[in-house]
Amino acid sequence: MRRGLAIGTFLTLVFVGLACLSFLWIPYDIETLEISNKLKIPNAQNWLGTDHFGRDIFSMIMMGARTSIAVALLAVGIGIIIGVPLGLFSAARQGSFLDELTMRGNDLIFAFPSLVIAILITAVFGASAVNAIIAIGIFNIPVFARLTRAAALPLWERDFVMSARVCGKSDARISIEHILPNITNLMIVQGTIQFSLGILAEASLSYIGLGAQPPTASWGRMLADAQTLVSIAPHTALVPGLAILLTVLGLNLMGDGLRDFFDPRIRVGRT
Amino acid sequence: MIEVIPGDPASFMLGINAREDTLAALRSEMGLDQGLVVRYLDWVSGLLVGDFGNSWTYKTPVSELISDRIWVSLPLAIYALILSTLIAFPAGILAASRRGGTSDVTIMGATQLGVAIPNFWFAMILVLIFAINLRWFSAGGFSGWDNPLHGLKSLTLPAIALALPQAAILARVMRSSLLDILAEDFIRTARAKGLTRRQALWRHAVQNALIPVLTIIGLQFSFLLAGGIIIEQIFFLPGLGRLIFQAISARDLIVVESVVMLLVFTVIMVNFVVDLTYAAVDPRLRNKACAAGSP
Repeated sequence: MRRGLAIGTFLTLVFVGLACLSFLWIPYDIETLEISNKLKIPNAQNWLGTDHFGRDIFSMIMMGARTSIAVALLAVGIGIIIGVPLGLFSAARQGSFLDELTMRGNDLIFAFPSLVIAILITAVFGASAVNAIIAIGIFNIPVFARLTRAAALPLWERDFVMSARVCGKSDARISIEHILPNITNLMIVQGTIQFSLGILAEASLSYIGLGAQPPTASWGRMLADAQTLVSIAPHTALVPGLAILLTVLGLNLMGDGLRDFFDPRIRVGRT
Repeated sequence: MIEVIPGDPASFMLGINAREDTLAALRSEMGLDQGLVVRYLDWVSGLLVGDFGNSWTYKTPVSELISDRIWVSLPLAIYALILSTLIAFPAGILAASRRGGTSDVTIMGATQLGVAIPNFWFAMILVLIFAINLRWFSAGGFSGWDNPLHGLKSLTLPAIALALPQAAILARVMRSSLLDILAEDFIRTARAKGLTRRQALWRHAVQNALIPVLTIIGLQFSFLLAGGIIIEQIFFLPGLGRLIFQAISARDLIVVESVVMLLVFTVIMVNFVVDLTYAAVDPRLRNKACAAGSP
């Protein structure tokens, strides 16, 4: 399983690295169209070939990595920033009216098919990267709120929380100083998984034209553009798809690996 | 909520050059001049008697539009669910019974790939291989149910594209649930009384491992129904997904609302049915429910 963690981290670093590198350098400008050079198969000049506008696919993958990572990262951020405090609060005041309200609110969001609502949100408020982030982020909130609450509840029974209480600390301080550090590992693992789901969701939304808008490069839209060309230039569809596949695979492997790393008991139970 | 959004359906339908009085007439015909609360109550009371209202662009009852399209979307979701279960069960059971072996490692590796594949990309690859190169299936479109075999055939590639990522998840759940059960005392007892590993697995472990698997199947059905939206676009299937897309771009809000309500309602019903099947699978739950119910 350590091997999985290594492969996952490597794949993730490659794509994060490509995204960072794109701020400094890309092989070709993706906003200049060179129709005479269109649909070239991979060669020495264009490592991954060119698309129907003659744009360099490798450069577009680099710029698309930036979009995917930004959207997914911010969506996970929304989930953590709103979900974790909600979960901590629910656990601290278990059974209170606000706990009930939070958890039923979570149930409500869970009942809606996430993709449908994401499509609805972006369709209604206009297709843009920001609305895609919000649409994906909303569904991360209940995930983190539930996980935080479930992980925090048993901690409240522990002796170290009792002694903190004896010291006169308030529920809020105990939550932040004692509960939160103990659930951080769990949040990192879940964050990795939600991040990979976010990348898939962003790709789906921009594939149907509801994500980042041109000229911003996006893997999902590259696939949408390639759909009609798949029979004459298969590489235009294969490359962005593989980019999504490898990134999500890397993040999943990394998430699984981190979970085992943080909690060696799981390794014994079910590898 | 959808009613308050920017974009006036009346001005959308008549174009930007419409005269103000024409717009007003259309708005009153559509009932848009009435207050939000009135329109909302109207819609909700209509839902209760199965009247979704009339579509603004198609000028036909929404319930008719939906009942036409559901005969594509529902069979697609069920087809995909059956495929996913047929792939996942043997794969999960095989992986768990040969834990650590070559087949386990291969299956787990394949499921990692399956979870990471975007299903719309997988659909394109399927079209490329089976429709364009091998010409076994058509690349899209739906021939209707007049000839059930043809109908089923045009749903096959979409169903595979939908099912495979779900099968990967299901196989993982099946495997880990089965591994938990195989570590239980009653499996050791079964082995001690002389059953082979295989007999113990089939007679005692599989049924006990089904509860978490059923939960996931329930969740997946709603995902398949919703996930169909994108897949239907790729294969040009006239289902609910295409309906909702056309309705969104035409600002035909009543259709969008109705389809979303229908999907949410289906999701809730499916989860309810799954809760009921727990009792069928696990007699302990049945007894508990009876004990709680009787005075």
